[in-house]
Amino acid sequence: MTTPVWRRRTTRGQWAIWCGWLFGALIVAQGWRFISDATLWDFVWDAPAQAGDMLSRMIPPRWSYAPAILKPLWDTVNIATIGTLLAIVLATPIAFLAARNTSPHAGILRPLALAIIAVSRSINTLIWALLLVTIVGPGVLAGILAVALHSIGFFGKLLYEAIEEIDPTQSEAITATGASPAQVLAYGVVPQVLPTFAGVSVYRWDINIRESAVLGIVGAGGIGLQLNASVSKLAWPQVTLILIAILGAVVVSEWVSARVRAAIV
Amino acid sequence: MADYPTVWHKPPLIASAGLRWLLGGLVALYLATAMATIDINWARLAAGLPRGWRFVASFFTPDFISRGDEIIEGLAESLAMTVTSTVLGIALAIPLGLGAARNLAPRPVYLACRTVIATSRTLQELIVAIFFVKMFGFGPFAGMLTLTFSSIGFIAKLLAERIEAVDPGPLDAVRATGASWLQWVNYAIQPQVMPRLAGLSLYRLDINFRESAVLGIVGAGGIGATLNTALDRYEYSTAAAVLLSIIAIVLAAEYTSGLIRERLR
Repeated sequence: MTTPVWRRRTTRGQWAIWCGWLFGALIVAQGWRFISDATLWDFVWDAPAQAGDMLSRMIPPRWSYAPAILKPLWDTVNIATIGTLLAIVLATPIAFLAARNTSPHAGILRPLALAIIAVSRSINTLIWALLLVTIVGPGVLAGILAVALHSIGFFGKLLYEAIEEIDPTQSEAITATGASPAQVLAYGVVPQVLPTFAGVSVYRWDINIRESAVLGIVGAGGIGLQLNASVSKLAWPQVTLILIAILGAVVVSEWVSARVRAAIV
Repeated sequence: MADYPTVWHKPPLIASAGLRWLLGGLVALYLATAMATIDINWARLAAGLPRGWRFVASFFTPDFISRGDEIIEGLAESLAMTVTSTVLGIALAIPLGLGAARNLAPRPVYLACRTVIATSRTLQELIVAIFFVKMFGFGPFAGMLTLTFSSIGFIAKLLAERIEAVDPGPLDAVRATGASWLQWVNYAIQPQVMPRLAGLSLYRLDINFRESAVLGIVGAGGIGATLNTALDRYEYSTAAAVLLSIIAIVLAAEYTSGLIRERLR
């Protein structure tokens, strides 16, 4: 009789795992074939030459263009800031409707609020911008609304999850004093979720600065407009300058957001 | 006795009254200036509103049929880009993440890897896509590279953070057996970070699909191109069909990856 050798899995388990990997590999191979079929390989082999050519045209940046991008940069910051504020205002009631413990009507209002959050989150800011540009016309307003519409889902989800996780004893204590439902919200629920929410807002603002820098590509205002125009005019020295400006804005906003979050938490 | 307060007031968020008013004033001033620089074209807005309603209405009559082939083609391209770029991204992010962990890598390697991660995280996908399209030509190949590029930074950063937080006990134990560096990583670190890596990869798969839906706007393949064309032609029912497909896939992917991540934990 042979001594049984220790094995980590049963034969069947081992086979199942192998089949899983095989299946995954097949999907990836299929995906790669699809992409490869849709690619003109001559262009790809030409890429290093193209990149070198592009780089040589991009340097040095055209510094004299700087005054022309100040206003777009200002617009970009405004799109992110006002859009974030608008989203906070709109997301707060939706989150209270969506949270299991504060929703006034679990049958209709709660699913509706959850649906709004899901739709808002699944559609990217840029796609919202694409839609809004056809509806409200190109410009900063479309950008603000796009940022707001996408951020509603983000804020709504985080806020309603925070509300569902609150300590119920505090709101019960407020209820026991004879407070109205609105007062329970204001004194029992809000103080518990406010610190996290403030941190999350600043974090989202930072993301929104990044997003609003490219909204102009679809015509929704901000510095992306200049970026797109410069790329299509093949004005590479201007592109470099715009990229430097965007990088600067992103780094500064990240720094501000990190500082503010450190101060709050 | 008379001046003893009988009414309770909520303590203010910022204790110093002067600072409170100053901050409030600055915020109000900023908002006023920001609002003043937004030029809203009311005539265009009024003209656009009926169109907006038509668009909202078209969500109830989505048209999957008349451009069905383009929608399927676009979705397949998006999914192919998502899968291949996530796999490529993970493969490249693992060595980068190892290099960016302070407890594993020597200082020069650490700094180099952190620089790559910071670059990948700062550059917005769409901007990267514009450049890749210029270099590699239109189509999903450029999109795949874009998504790979941003996945690398995302996965590597979070993986490195997890590696820095591993329990040092197994590290010492495996090293004491005289294991080589590779064996050390394989037996002491890998088992500890695997669940996190699997979770991150699934999460990134979600994000990559979402992002793949916008890359088409700059010609980098995927469903975004179909959506853009539909909107350009004012075919709102087709656009609604595309959006509904995106929402359905995003929600399905999020739900499945949530389930799997729950089991991994």
